[in-house]
Amino acid sequence: MTTVLEPIITPEQSPVADEPGLLRRPVNPKGVWSWMTSVDHKRVGVLYGVTAFVFFLIGGMEALLIRLQLAKPNGTILSAEAYNQLFTMHGTTMVFLVIMPMSAAFFNYLVPLQIGARDVAFPRLNAFSYWLFLFGGIFIYSSFFLGGAPNGGWFGYAPNTSITFSPGHNIDFWVFGLQLLGIASTVGAINLIVTMLNMRAPGMTLMRMPLFTWMTLVSSFLILFAMPVITVALFLLMFDRNFGSHFFDPVFGGDPLLWQHLFWLFGHPEVYILILPAMGMVSEILPVFARKPLFGYPVIVFSGIAIGFMGWGVWVHHMFSTGLGPVATSAFSISTMFIAVPTGVKIFNWIATIWRGSIKFTTAMLFAMGFIAMFTIGGLSGVTHSISPHDRQQTDTYYVVAHFHYVLFGGALFGIMGGIYYWWPKFFGNLLNERLGKWNFWTWLVGFNLTFAPMHIIGLQGMPRRVYTYDESLGVAALNMASTVGSFVIAGSVLIFMYNVWYSQKKRRVVAGNDPWDGRTLEWTIPSPTPHYNFAEIPTVTSVDDFWHKKYEEDDKGRMVRRASTEMAVAETRTGVDEAPVDDAHVSEVHAEEDHDRDGHDDGHGIHLPSPSYFPILAALSLPVMSYGMLYGSDGGQNYLIAVLGGIILFAALYGWGMEPSAEPEEPEPPARDERAPALVGGPSDAAALGSGGDDRAATSDATDAPSGQGSS
Amino acid sequence: MATPASVVGQEHPTDPHAHGHVTNTGLSNEKLAMWAFLGSECLLFGALISAFFLYRGKSQSGPTAEDVYDIPFTSVSSFVLLMSSLTMVLALSAIQRGDHRRLRVWLMATALLGASFIAGQVYEFTTFIREGLTIKTNLFGSSFFVLTGFHGVHVTLGVVMLLSLWNLSLRGRLGQEKAEVIEIAGLYWHFVDVVWILIFTVIYLIPE
Repeated sequence: MTTVLEPIITPEQSPVADEPGLLRRPVNPKGVWSWMTSVDHKRVGVLYGVTAFVFFLIGGMEALLIRLQLAKPNGTILSAEAYNQLFTMHGTTMVFLVIMPMSAAFFNYLVPLQIGARDVAFPRLNAFSYWLFLFGGIFIYSSFFLGGAPNGGWFGYAPNTSITFSPGHNIDFWVFGLQLLGIASTVGAINLIVTMLNMRAPGMTLMRMPLFTWMTLVSSFLILFAMPVITVALFLLMFDRNFGSHFFDPVFGGDPLLWQHLFWLFGHPEVYILILPAMGMVSEILPVFARKPLFGYPVIVFSGIAIGFMGWGVWVHHMFSTGLGPVATSAFSISTMFIAVPTGVKIFNWIATIWRGSIKFTTAMLFAMGFIAMFTIGGLSGVTHSISPHDRQQTDTYYVVAHFHYVLFGGALFGIMGGIYYWWPKFFGNLLNERLGKWNFWTWLVGFNLTFAPMHIIGLQGMPRRVYTYDESLGVAALNMASTVGSFVIAGSVLIFMYNVWYSQKKRRVVAGNDPWDGRTLEWTIPSPTPHYNFAEIPTVTSVDDFWHKKYEEDDKGRMVRRASTEMAVAETRTGVDEAPVDDAHVSEVHAEEDHDRDGHDDGHGIHLPSPSYFPILAALSLPVMSYGMLYGSDGGQNYLIAVLGGIILFAALYGWGMEPSAEPEEPEPPARDERAPALVGGPSDAAALGSGGDDRAATSDATDAPSGQGSS
Repeated sequence: MATPASVVGQEHPTDPHAHGHVTNTGLSNEKLAMWAFLGSECLLFGALISAFFLYRGKSQSGPTAEDVYDIPFTSVSSFVLLMSSLTMVLALSAIQRGDHRRLRVWLMATALLGASFIAGQVYEFTTFIREGLTIKTNLFGSSFFVLTGFHGVHVTLGVVMLLSLWNLSLRGRLGQEKAEVIEIAGLYWHFVDVVWILIFTVIYLIPE
């Protein structure tokens, strides 16, 4: 039992002597190293968020350059080639390097908190996902310095992207970079799915999960099944480009439609991967600030699931102009109209949620309501695309650009901004300034509409997208200028947001406390910022919005009345928990100490958390090495030495990873957790203890007899 | 790509949440993750097989399937691969009984059978290339080599995984309580076999 009782990592502790592998386990790393080796889901989440925000700034600057070029007819700021690279990178960045990882930041940080867990199922895999995302992003962006960025659009239509029409490495960077990001997303999705299905707190049934967690689950499944499809498409393109196969080569009978089918079979679920997390965030924010339960919780859950399923049956509406024939076109027209139904159901549910609520117009609430309005506009223009004749008229015009920016910016980014304002106190312990926040919101809303609303008309007037300039005779110069002005208003709004972050962190810090918004879900029961171990005790859940019901109840006349203070309600989530592993004496100790325990890896309470590790970052680093090796290997006589080197690093890293225990024990062979193997445990009493109460060593206290059994192994 | 190796590298039993004692589904995290990964793999092979089907009989020049296929040879190597599923089950049964010697025997047998299959595939590829069919020749060549090559890579990773497990067991680091590691590795191995049954049927046996 002793190993269990010891605090797990102490500065004096040396790594296990016979630990195989290349690298000794990092012991109590500091500063940058502590972030690079961290496997804490909260740190990984913060890293995801910060990195995605940096990519957001880069992608935003690309958009500004595009808008400057289009501000006037026959613009000369960008060449056609530079324009191609910028719109390709803008799309690729915003989809793969901003919205997906920004959602992943919230997934990682919040899902364990919302389901009452101490970490994700595979903490090191989680770190691996993040590092691979970062390195994949850097890999794609390195193309700017290595001969030119990808220039075939974010959809990369073959055979335009084949070696015949796109010689040079531009497209190769895109192909390999997206493979890396795909691996990162898939691994992350598996991790989250397992976490949500397996690690919910007692009483947290699926139908009691917060909506954000539900939407995370749906979009994780979409990632899981959509990513392999684009993986195959990219592999086929890679073989075409680097090894001379003919999948997309019409000369040999290859079919360009194969690429489009594969890409959009991934691409349409991807749209829902981008929007569902934001829908989840909005579904969390609205009830809190309307001070009403979410209207029709099960209906919203099921319409989210319905969207997840139906998202697989509509991809051909991206291909109406390819001439697939009337039957396919009609079928996909109808399915596309149908998918608007669950989305519409959600919109009505959200409206019903705020209907007659006592609404608090916080910045988060404004963004959430902005989401409903803007996303509805985007959804409606989406329905117009389901009408195939109309769609054929609008294909490849700015009308399409207007539509998908209304769903991705007006939808996903509004939701994410709302989420940032809402959960910021939980992440960092202080509130963002509300006055600046309102400036942020209104400039964001006005700038967004000024930028993208004119594009509907620009498109209907016939201006094609992906073309680097236009002539004055098209008659859209004034609208384009308005759009460019709008894009700079958005840029100003982003600056206000950044100023707000600086102001609220450094200048005027307003400490949030556990529950600044009078929240409804489990993450608000724990301190802000979240302590390293999340929950001192694993909570027990009895209903949807469990925390709320512990604070409020209805009186005889159906009015809402307080039944307990927040502190009492927090205490109540901790009582009656048979599985709660920390004994009472220890709980008070935890409370006493939790304030000065925020940034070490040592949890200090004997709550056994996963230890930091070098291997995730090393494994993630090996994959770009392989990619560079493959990319340049095909140049001169198929020399794949560097790729092989990358493969060896990967193998070594994974081997070291496999040999390294997730959480460092005190002794080489940890006591078996399985009753079948008592022989491995030091003594009979230890075996008995393990068999009964010790089954969750995560939480066993370090209060007592720590030194007594050190030698038992 | 990472997953086969992460099977080798099971999250350790000291992981607070790792083992099947209190998970909501009753499945351990590792096993659930492997099932999820295999679900993802279904789509991967599904897309590849679809691409193969799309181009069946569309090649504009020879040699094509009927010119190069050696069905008896491939049947034998398919049989070898299928037998490896049996030895994999025997390996699992051995570790569950605590019979570590037999565990290693069956693990090594499975790895050798898998390696024989790969050897057969290498032989098949070189024969085809000698007969004038490469990935560059025509659509059949492109889709055949990519699809079967992908499967071959999966088998190879599986062999590496099995040899790693064998090595672990030899050094006494694979106790009976870790039988689930073998079970999860087996899930992957059986999946790769099942996919081969599908590939063998649809690309070798069904005539164009």
